[in-house]
Amino acid sequence: MLTLLGIAAVVAGFAIRLNPLLVIGAAAFVTGWAAGFSPVEILSAFGKAFNENRYVSLVWLILPLIGLLERYGLQERARMLVARIRVMTVGRLLLSYFIIRQITASLGLTALGSHAQMVRPLIAPMAEAAAEKELGSLSDEQRYRVRAHAAAVDNIALFFGEDVFIAIGSILLIKGFLQQSGIVVQPFELSVWAIPTAVLALIIHGTRVLLLDRKLKRETAQAAE
Amino acid sequence: MITLQFCYLMAGLAFGSYAVLSAFDRSNRKRFGNAAFWGLFASSFLFGSYLTDWQNGLLVLALIVLGGCGLVGHGKPSTTSSKERRESAILRGNWLFAPALLVPAVALLGTLFLKQAQIGGSALLDPKNVTVISLVLGVVIALGVAMRWLRPKPPAPLQEGRRLADMIGWAIILPQLLASLGAIFALSGVGKAVGEIATRYLPLGQPFEAVLVYCVGMAAFTAVMGNAFAAFPVMTAGIGLPLIVHQFHGNAAIMAAIGMLSGFCGTLTTPMAANFNIVPAALLELPDRNGVIKVQLPTAGLMLIANTLLMYALVYRF
Repeated sequence: MLTLLGIAAVVAGFAIRLNPLLVIGAAAFVTGWAAGFSPVEILSAFGKAFNENRYVSLVWLILPLIGLLERYGLQERARMLVARIRVMTVGRLLLSYFIIRQITASLGLTALGSHAQMVRPLIAPMAEAAAEKELGSLSDEQRYRVRAHAAAVDNIALFFGEDVFIAIGSILLIKGFLQQSGIVVQPFELSVWAIPTAVLALIIHGTRVLLLDRKLKRETAQAAE
Repeated sequence: MITLQFCYLMAGLAFGSYAVLSAFDRSNRKRFGNAAFWGLFASSFLFGSYLTDWQNGLLVLALIVLGGCGLVGHGKPSTTSSKERRESAILRGNWLFAPALLVPAVALLGTLFLKQAQIGGSALLDPKNVTVISLVLGVVIALGVAMRWLRPKPPAPLQEGRRLADMIGWAIILPQLLASLGAIFALSGVGKAVGEIATRYLPLGQPFEAVLVYCVGMAAFTAVMGNAFAAFPVMTAGIGLPLIVHQFHGNAAIMAAIGMLSGFCGTLTTPMAANFNIVPAALLELPDRNGVIKVQLPTAGLMLIANTLLMYALVYRF
């Protein structure tokens, strides 16, 4: 039971808003210590795991490209594009991106999206431009909320779309785990049962982003009074 | 053969150049902190495979201290003004999107078609890591195309990369660090302990209770671990299989599929899932680190309710 101290350290650390790097470092040492490892063993295990997980950080190689394109007006162009489409509102824009992201993810194309590649350079500035077109100007709080919604759409559409594809990591993990327990299921049987949740996610989050339009308008109207 | 080592070399060179450029950036009060942080991260990419576990551990510890104690600041690389950017956007038009979209396109084509590609009898891409390598190739190709078209001064992409890297700051190593914490948790048997507690102290006598505890447990455990993959084996071995499948004769495929999706509801709520929740907050320059999580909370709650009811409606019927 002592090994759970590490989890307590994580929860407490995040709750009092310590720097997450320190929280993780502390949690690793507390957990390893509770499990009876020496500091040297813990540090070695942590170093080994960090080294083996370097591929996680390879996504950052995209930064020079995105930065270079931003230098030549990528975000400004994304805004101009949205400003030209008269019927485009924040809600409709986010809903469109949600649908595209969910469908492509359900076909296994999870690489067509993500925060560094799509949300920061394209979707977030487009959403801001759509909101500005509707409302004239945004308060700082509204601007940050619109950006956060752009990131949320990417996450939610991905999470509740990818499992419809038969060869995605989580489906293969489920299949492998059930097989070890003596239950053989085909990936197709699993991915079919991900469809009802995918549809509900589209309805629930789609409604929320469409309601965002009204909410922003109401806030601006109230602020004007 | 192009392997992960090639990708690590590219990443090491990129972060190494941020370190050098940071050291000369007098606008940044903490410039040597930045240089040390990016330099150490670069050495992990360049030399990590040749260091011992213990040395790699010291390297991580140094990164944690530098990033965790506020020794890393924000540099100010020279970039274009917003007026110049608007003019360039009008001049260059929608072609500006092309290099950005080239990356996923190459990643996709590489994943689909280069898996079997061979040169002189050996595989062109390391078959175990085709997607990641294709993504890196996509970046290299797109950057080459953008450089030829836009013709900036040579250090421009590195300075722009440093601008974004400094903006994200220490959060850049967070996803990798959390993956490492997951390894320590696994080594120490944290999952087993949680499973024991869940099965010993929770009410599980009725079919609906079993579904409720399984779905909510998946979400909660995922929120703590930051990853549904870590929660799934524990919760399924502890509650899903013995109760829902064996005792109440539920359908294993439905239980597993919807159980995993309940875990994803937890992913939406936790700073532990850094690359989905904390990194975008930094990338979008939100003042509140938890800004993305706050927007996601209502959907996460509603989806958890939806998943629980769906599983109860379906799992005992098919």
